[in-house]
Amino acid sequence: MNVTEMARRTKRRSDAPIWMLYGAGLLPALWGFYLGSIGELGADPVKEFEHRLGLWALRFLILTLMVSPLREIFSINLIRYRRALGLLAFYYVAMHFSVYMILDQALDLNAVIADIIKRPFITIGMASLVILIPLAVTSNAWSIRRLGRNWVRLHRLIYVAAAGGAIHFILSVKSWPAEPVIYAAIVAILLAWRIARPFFLKRRRSTRTSATRQPRSA
Amino acid sequence: MAYRTPPVQSSEITSRSVYLRRREFMAGAVAAGLIGAWQTAAQAEVLKAKRGPYATDEELTPLKDVSTYNNFYEFGTDKADPAANSGNFKPKPWRVKVDGLVSKPAEFDIEDLIATMPLEERIYRMRCVEAWSMVIPWTGFQLSELLKKVEPLSSAKYVAFETVMRPEEMPGQQGVFQALDWPYVEGLRLDEAMHPLTILAVGLYGETLPNQNGAPIRLVVPWKYGFKGIKSIVRISLVDKQPPTSWNLQNAQEYGFYANVNPEVDHPRWSQATERRIGEDGFFGSGRRKTLPFNGYGEEVASLYTGMDLKANY
Repeated sequence: MNVTEMARRTKRRSDAPIWMLYGAGLLPALWGFYLGSIGELGADPVKEFEHRLGLWALRFLILTLMVSPLREIFSINLIRYRRALGLLAFYYVAMHFSVYMILDQALDLNAVIADIIKRPFITIGMASLVILIPLAVTSNAWSIRRLGRNWVRLHRLIYVAAAGGAIHFILSVKSWPAEPVIYAAIVAILLAWRIARPFFLKRRRSTRTSATRQPRSA
Repeated sequence: MAYRTPPVQSSEITSRSVYLRRREFMAGAVAAGLIGAWQTAAQAEVLKAKRGPYATDEELTPLKDVSTYNNFYEFGTDKADPAANSGNFKPKPWRVKVDGLVSKPAEFDIEDLIATMPLEERIYRMRCVEAWSMVIPWTGFQLSELLKKVEPLSSAKYVAFETVMRPEEMPGQQGVFQALDWPYVEGLRLDEAMHPLTILAVGLYGETLPNQNGAPIRLVVPWKYGFKGIKSIVRISLVDKQPPTSWNLQNAQEYGFYANVNPEVDHPRWSQATERRIGEDGFFGSGRRKTLPFNGYGEEVASLYTGMDLKANY
């Protein structure tokens, strides 16, 4: 099934669950903003909100990357939700950066630019955001049809963005706390699957074909 | 001789604003279900202290923030962990051993120290290496007062400090993910340790220290990054060589022995030029303030480092 076919089939079913996913997916941001507005985000509310948005960005990137392996290994097909998951990841990355720029640095562009150039963890985070922009822009059916195979190639950049996000998280903290290490491990496993996939699928195909062709001796 | 009640100085009476902040804190703690913080607050004892020199007139960081936003990795790496996980920690009974290159090594009981040392309130700025800051009213005494009691030998050049090791009471000292090598150790040059700004704090906001802030006794060196302020101290040793320090052992590129607050020397991964004052700005209109050399205590301490390259000795 090629991507055009995929897009066409997806259209046939109701879009309601997808819109619900967008709604539910944006709730953590709204909730965080609400808590921050009423002073319930702790001692450093800006940092906390910024951190939460970044964490959700990474979570949605991970969920997006889980769609393929879930289908290939466990035959669970969530492909019709993948675009929403990917876009939610992008929205959270964009909000994460906006809060950093507006609430944290108070629109001090010199400080922001200096950070992006001089701080490796911010450079990497910013690069991941930039990488996700063309993916978000071409996430519509028209682009998928128009770009054909190149669309698939282009969207492999999400691997780079996810790896960048995980590294960005690790580099932003002192020492080696468990949380960023666990997120990085999940991303590493999901990316490793992309390398292992051809071998895995080939083996499964060959065992299947041999199973159907060889008559059982009974 | 008949016992005479010492006169109560006006500075000893908790100001109304401080009192109100306490009320606010209690309400906040209950609302947020911060059981750990609540328990410690309930155990806290009022300390008598006179207002010392070196008090900044900047607005105090509310007790709620001072006691719920902590780096105390022995209780976990999240800022909320120390308040949440320090409920089982027992800061009493407690003894501090002072030994090494001294004429009179001794062990001090915390109750005796509180009763006999000249307690002062010191309102200091606290600047964390993570680029945030607070203003905290500590109660404590000058480290020099304690060191004088043990009579350092002329061979003593540095002071080494050690935090208690109690994995059964400090969940951060157990498990797979160990943020640092325990026990936490810190150190000062002897002249830094003898400086009148350097104190051992036994309380904050007029009461004994909450567990999450380093009960029952901790170091406060206001011109250095917060991680120099070693908590829950059990041992102080006078030594002749620069002692190892925990964050320096963890990552020598990022955390030096001196760790003087310096806006000119960035942390390799983030800028130290500005800081955010905790509890000040809320969600909107966040104003970062410029970080000052030696955290604003340059007039008092810059002379300690005359001729030293502070970029190399970060």
